[in-house]
Amino acid sequence: MGEFLNDWGLSIPTFLPIIGAAVMMLIPKDREQLHKLIALATTVAVAVFGVLLLIQFVDNDNYGALNFVVDKGWIDVIDSRYILGVDGISLPLMLMTMLIVPLCVIYSWNHFPEPHNPKAFLMLLLILETGMIGTFAAQDLILFFVFFEVVLLPMYFMIGVWGGENRRYASIKFFLFTLLGSALMLVSFLALYFLADAGTFDMRLLPEAAAGIAKSSQVWVFGGMFLGFGVKVPMFPFHTWLPDAHTEAPTVGSVILAAVLLKLGTYGFVRIAIPILPEAAAEWAPFIGLLAVIGIIYGALGCLAQRDLKRLVAFSSVAHMGFVMLGIATLTDFGINAAVFGMVAHGLITGMLFFLAGSVKERYHTLDMSRLGGLLVQAPRMGWILGFCAMASLGLPGLAGFWGEFPAILASYNPAEVLAEETFRSYMVIAALGTVLAAGYLLWMLQKTAFGNPREEFANDPHVHDATVSEYLAWAPLLILIVVLGVYPQLLFGATDPAVVNSISECLDSVTSGACFDAAAGK
Amino acid sequence: MLSSLPSIVGFVRPDIDWHAVAPELTLLGVGAVVTLLDIVLLERGRAYTSALAGIGLLVALIPIVTLAADGTTREMFGGAFVVDDFALILKAMFIVVAYIVVLLSTNYIAEGDYWENEYYGLLLASVLGMVLMASARDLVTIFVALELLSIPAYLLAAWRKADPKSNEAGLKYYLMGVFASAIMLYGMSLLFGLAGDTRLSVISETVSGGSTNPVITLGIIFVIVGFAFKVSGFPFHTWAPDTYEGAPTPVTAFLAVGSKAAGFVALMQLVHAGFPGRGDVYQPLLWILAVGSMTAGNLIALRQENIVRLMAYSGVSQAGFILAPLAVAGDIGGEALSAVITYVLIYAAMNLGAFAVIITVARRTASGDISSYAGLFRYAPAMTVLMTIFLFSLAGIPPLGGWFAKFAVFRAVVEADTGWGYSLAAIAAVNSVIALFYYAKVARMMWFEGIPEEADTSALRVPPSLVAALGLTAAATLLFGIYPAVITHFTDGTLIALP
Repeated sequence: MGEFLNDWGLSIPTFLPIIGAAVMMLIPKDREQLHKLIALATTVAVAVFGVLLLIQFVDNDNYGALNFVVDKGWIDVIDSRYILGVDGISLPLMLMTMLIVPLCVIYSWNHFPEPHNPKAFLMLLLILETGMIGTFAAQDLILFFVFFEVVLLPMYFMIGVWGGENRRYASIKFFLFTLLGSALMLVSFLALYFLADAGTFDMRLLPEAAAGIAKSSQVWVFGGMFLGFGVKVPMFPFHTWLPDAHTEAPTVGSVILAAVLLKLGTYGFVRIAIPILPEAAAEWAPFIGLLAVIGIIYGALGCLAQRDLKRLVAFSSVAHMGFVMLGIATLTDFGINAAVFGMVAHGLITGMLFFLAGSVKERYHTLDMSRLGGLLVQAPRMGWILGFCAMASLGLPGLAGFWGEFPAILASYNPAEVLAEETFRSYMVIAALGTVLAAGYLLWMLQKTAFGNPREEFANDPHVHDATVSEYLAWAPLLILIVVLGVYPQLLFGATDPAVVNSISECLDSVTSGACFDAAAGK
Repeated sequence: MLSSLPSIVGFVRPDIDWHAVAPELTLLGVGAVVTLLDIVLLERGRAYTSALAGIGLLVALIPIVTLAADGTTREMFGGAFVVDDFALILKAMFIVVAYIVVLLSTNYIAEGDYWENEYYGLLLASVLGMVLMASARDLVTIFVALELLSIPAYLLAAWRKADPKSNEAGLKYYLMGVFASAIMLYGMSLLFGLAGDTRLSVISETVSGGSTNPVITLGIIFVIVGFAFKVSGFPFHTWAPDTYEGAPTPVTAFLAVGSKAAGFVALMQLVHAGFPGRGDVYQPLLWILAVGSMTAGNLIALRQENIVRLMAYSGVSQAGFILAPLAVAGDIGGEALSAVITYVLIYAAMNLGAFAVIITVARRTASGDISSYAGLFRYAPAMTVLMTIFLFSLAGIPPLGGWFAKFAVFRAVVEADTGWGYSLAAIAAVNSVIALFYYAKVARMMWFEGIPEEADTSALRVPPSLVAALGLTAAATLLFGIYPAVITHFTDGTLIALP
């Protein structure tokens, strides 16, 4: 079994969803039940594979290095290879993806958004899953780029076909923003390839090979990647696509977008930009930190100005991703661990919040908070779940959200040696203020939607009922994980820390001690 | 008596390598048979011509395969006609493109009650010109090949005789084509005058000897501008939208892929074999053409309401991308060739596919308006998915073939490691985003919009020849994207080299 997993453990779950989608393509549209079953079976099979991978990963007991490495020829002429592998940084994100997608299938079981068509919807979801898992598994820049882009089309159609009123605008905006970033990112990858002159796109070899690149070029190359990943995160000021996309997307689309797609950007920083170009990262870090704290405050203020529940959650994503980026910008292993934790926590919590927003919308047919209220009276269980998630989101200790935010703030007290301490300490103060605002908008949201009495128009509305079975099934794993990770964060830190130390700190230390500069001077 | 004739007129027959010219001779033979069939069988021949033309094209692939298996470079006529790997891959592409165009034409021409024998005869003649172009390493051969491929195309563009738009298409194409030929010939005459020889190998020695003779510069510029018309590069693209819109759609597909590719083949030969040392002249010129084409083509495409005109302007913009590696060819040498050929091969598959869908959908809607695609997803999901694949492939979204084409271009211009190269890469990156907007506009119509009320929404009937064309192009588009090694195997810089 171990042998098999080490060889095929990543390729199979990456491509299984595509195979499922291909099978569904051959079945006529009106056999809806069959389509749902195939989609569920495929995604659950992938999730089971994820569990097997986790067991084998623990058994291999080599969290810091890449596990399950596959290295095969792909496009020989351009020295791009089919390399997959996971370490402690990518495994949690990959497992989260494998968990969220089947939950999305379960959640949408009986309520597909208009214009219905479960076949197309689930096929897109499956293609999306391949792209997401592949991005976390890829260890070759070109392969990474391909998977990174594969997620665009399904999400575009998901927003555009099943979205709300303003879906045309939102879907194309999402697509164009991301594409501009990734086109420049590709140019950066190519520049890296030629400047490093090692004839490889292999992420494992590039950190060493890129050390010889002149610093001025490094800064430019990093700039291209910064645009590519920064748009995806999204960082202020590239965030404008996010509220539109989230507001218009169908529930499942919002959940995937928040839980996984945003992480592709931050993951890119942690996996590619910083380890390969640590010197340039040190140059960019104060700027990234600045944009991160602007994002935190701006996102929070944006939330306070919203009337739409979903838009509020979307803006809160901008703020939360600001914390993640702040953790990354400190360039310390502590900060980056916090960032990875923050990604997982945000995925679980904000994913849940979007599920809830979708369910509220389904019951009230509106997300206008001035018309909502009294959820605790009409649907008490759902109301309490909403309260719980709001608490998790504002970073209550004991729940997962805390371990993403608090260590990120703490890390900026003591950034990497090359960075100016004063700058980051002022960022820390601003970020801490952001947590207060977060408490403010989340409690305000809770007050508006859950507390009080229902409005007259909904008071006797039979549509407003408590959570259904499929909702419980979809939500329970997320809620349990939020508590488990909150109570015992070592579960995740234990996996990420060796990987962070191994892949990032080593080179960052060399920047601090000047080893990378020596290498550059030697060339 | 007859045997002594050559000695009387002083003509010595040059050595002919029959194997090397077998593809051309096959095409010539098939074209002749198609024409004779019309004379002998009259109306009864109509039923067989398209099948005959298709089979003939496939037969012409056989000598190409045997030549490739043989692997030696064959030269004839003192190096004016060369069969090497570069020529073979392109010949194969032209023939496959023509085969798909025959598939696209079969129902269109038969159902439209147009003349069939002449149509396929002219099509084969035009392909013959393209196939010849791939081997031409001499100004006169290039010119003859160009005219051989163009003149039948002028006629084909005007094939819908009853429609004034088609007449306009043919006439405009003809006038602009002749104008371009005249400019090119003038440039060629200048180069010939200085070099005293029409072979590119000799010209290359003359022009690159460090000479700053302005006549050389003028000659190079005129020749390149002549071909810029052919590949519809900005600002010489003005004929393309009107011609594309008016011509029968299968002919449009043929022009947009085959004829354009032939122009690029000529440009590659001229730049690499003709004036390799004169990057100082052709690089800035091609840089401007590339940037102008991709930007102007994109910006105008944004405003199009007709699908064929949209494809025309998208073709202008794609031409800009294809020109980009040539604009840094002096710095990267053969890599520019592989990038251009890679792009042209992938472009052929995805563009023909898009036209195949356009032809199929137009059978139902009888309209070229983009708005007629509204709600297509609801009643023709397969066609919608295919069109989506082709359009987003043209936009360069992985894992569809177009991404690798764009990648090859980015790779080439970044490899140059010059300010010109990097600026070109940045402009191309921005342009690929603009391009997405109009490709997505069509996708949006098909997927997001409702069906217009008066539309007939019964299932779409697709004739077998179109199914074959769609299947071939879609399979190629996906395969090229997921496993690009099938292309790079043939376009590797170590294989493809011009002297």
